[in-house]
Amino acid sequence: MTVAGPMKQYQVVGRKAPTADFPNPEAYRMIIFAPNQTIAKSKFWYSMHQFRKMKKTTGEILDVNEIVEKTPAQVKTFGIWLRYDSRSGTHNMYREFRDVRLTGAVTQLYDEMAGRHRTRPRSIQIIRTGIVATADVKRANTLQFVGKNTKFPLPHRVASAKRGTKALSSRTFVTNRPTTMFR
Amino acid sequence: MVFTRYVEVGRVALVNFGPDSGKIATIVDVVDQNKCLIDGPTTGVARQIIPYKRLALTDIKVEVGRGAKAAALKKAWTTAGAQEKWDGSSWAKKLSSKKTRKGLSDFQRFKVMVARKQKSQAVKKEMKKLKA
Repeated sequence: MTVAGPMKQYQVVGRKAPTADFPNPEAYRMIIFAPNQTIAKSKFWYSMHQFRKMKKTTGEILDVNEIVEKTPAQVKTFGIWLRYDSRSGTHNMYREFRDVRLTGAVTQLYDEMAGRHRTRPRSIQIIRTGIVATADVKRANTLQFVGKNTKFPLPHRVASAKRGTKALSSRTFVTNRPTTMFR
Repeated sequence: MVFTRYVEVGRVALVNFGPDSGKIATIVDVVDQNKCLIDGPTTGVARQIIPYKRLALTDIKVEVGRGAKAAALKKAWTTAGAQEKWDGSSWAKKLSSKKTRKGLSDFQRFKVMVARKQKSQAVKKEMKKLKA
């Protein structure tokens, strides 16, 4: 996969193309995260040819469906198990993200893997995903936000740059001091 | 300096960037260190995840549970009298006067200028009387 961006969740169904000897080959279903259907199909064949003796040229895609989130009004903690290739080896990893959509959590994952580990989308394979109950949250950062009394101030706020104007903090000359402290 | 406004469930915040700019909404859930879920069923803000950078926290708080649905929030919003509290705040008044000022024509601005002059003259006159 070459591009990341906002991810979608697809269910891809495919099988070996039927022949005279095997008129009814077994169909396989796979849940795949990809930015669009074309890439979803490509990822299906990439994973499929590792498990079974089949490939794009001798197979066919029966169905591609987008899976949409059932509860997009609710914030959930998603656990994601993944495998990725770093510059020196292959690693397994478990990460937690909070979002209203699983696809949003997966998008965060790709962005964070790029930022923290310089990992390209093509070297990430998502093994498993799931919703983590509040009691089962493992990561310290996530724990901060699932507690009953999550409460924190927003100290030292620096107004970010708007279109056409630089942020006050990054201008060479200003006539007024920036206010960063709010109640 | 002690903080009085916190990111927490039930905190009313002003959206100050994006399509909902200028509207107020309630924080219904905290997502992470950068963003939260807001909802404003009575203020025309759709339920959405928004970064804190686009929010300004207010003094107003509404009693709702984490992840409250629109109906529960609506009820709590009216019980807390959040809209009245906001409309009565000098912050909201300043914003609305800024908005009306922005919509004025050149002649209307001129009239404002004349009215302000008259007002300050009247004030000065009274001050002189008091000093004498």
